[in-house]
Amino acid sequence: MVDYSKIRRNVVGIEHDRVTNVSSTDFPGYYPGEDHSWNLDKFKENFRSHISYLTDLSCSFDLIGVDSSIANAFRRIMIAEVPTLAVEYVYIENNTSIIQDEVLAHRLGLIPLKANPDYLRWFKKDDPDFEPTDYDTVVLHLSAKCTTNSNAPPGSTDPKVLYNGANVYASVIQFEPQGRQSEWFPDGIAPANPDVLIAKLRPGQEIDLTMHCILGIGQDHAKFSPVATASYRLLPTIEIIGPPLTGELAQKFKSCFPKGVVGINSKGEAYVKDARKDTVSREVLRHPEFEGRVKLGRLRDHFIFNVESTGAMTPDEIFIKSVQLLKKKCQILRKFDLRT
Amino acid sequence: MNRESFVPPTSQTSSGAAAAGRAFQPVQAITYLCASCAAPNTLNRSDPVRCKECGHRVLYKQRTRRMVQFEAR
Repeated sequence: MVDYSKIRRNVVGIEHDRVTNVSSTDFPGYYPGEDHSWNLDKFKENFRSHISYLTDLSCSFDLIGVDSSIANAFRRIMIAEVPTLAVEYVYIENNTSIIQDEVLAHRLGLIPLKANPDYLRWFKKDDPDFEPTDYDTVVLHLSAKCTTNSNAPPGSTDPKVLYNGANVYASVIQFEPQGRQSEWFPDGIAPANPDVLIAKLRPGQEIDLTMHCILGIGQDHAKFSPVATASYRLLPTIEIIGPPLTGELAQKFKSCFPKGVVGINSKGEAYVKDARKDTVSREVLRHPEFEGRVKLGRLRDHFIFNVESTGAMTPDEIFIKSVQLLKKKCQILRKFDLRT
Repeated sequence: MNRESFVPPTSQTSSGAAAAGRAFQPVQAITYLCASCAAPNTLNRSDPVRCKECGHRVLYKQRTRRMVQFEAR
């Protein structure tokens, strides 16, 4: 016989108005007579991971058998502690566009740059004697000028036709390699998205500036965060209780969930096809005919991560770096004698 | 008064170049930009304020090319 009490330990209950059984209980001393001390072999046995999809900019993967504290640590590290390169200092030689110098500088800072941060060292901002070198500073240059297009057909109103260089895009930014940087960055350093609109110009207006980019982390400023979103959700569970739902009831049950969650088999009975696709809208709990016939939940140790990169690195790189960073933090912690 | 008959004042006031001791330095022509067509216009002291390309009467002084530093934050 299946011990349901043990299975339900791992399930967060979802009622129509509340969630139940929220905290994990798999720690020593909670269940009398059961060994819940942390054990590497046991962890290895239970832990599984799975990648649903991976593209250059986004990925989805599962971490199964970890505690929420670990999963949340990875999420937070991805957002706030994985270092990337971003514009920090802007030296404006000329800017006659309508966009003000400080606003322009802020906009430039937010442009994601595609560069491998492993080749760079930290720029020591706190040290007043610190001189920027090719090891820690990347120089970019932006110069744009707008002129009237004398070949524009008469009567045209589109600024892109009337003027040359009316829109300044991120693709205009030029990388100026310093020292050995052309060796370290053979493909150069450029904005990850060439079509970011920086400013709009009119004839006679000009932008001419130099940028210094340094390494930073999202904790310091959001522009250094390598992810657009990094989030997780728990795997939903749907359990049909009692006799099978058939006929019209089955159709109604199916329509309470997003497409593909519930199927109807050859006997006309509703069955749970893919609970993973469920958005847990709890629509099914609003109907009195399904009261006591269905149990919604979420698996507490099954995390479905969704990571979207800004383009600085691939999402898998970001996750691996978050693991490395957590490891490094643990090593620092272990250097302390925790008994004192 | 007719708009075309406007003459910029030429009388030397006590402030300005003379007071600063720069009266005898050669006056360098300054380039202005036309507010209408953005053409660069080089004006001398007695020239009428008028664009040489399109005749527009508003000219802008150019921004200094002095570098300013900003933090991208």
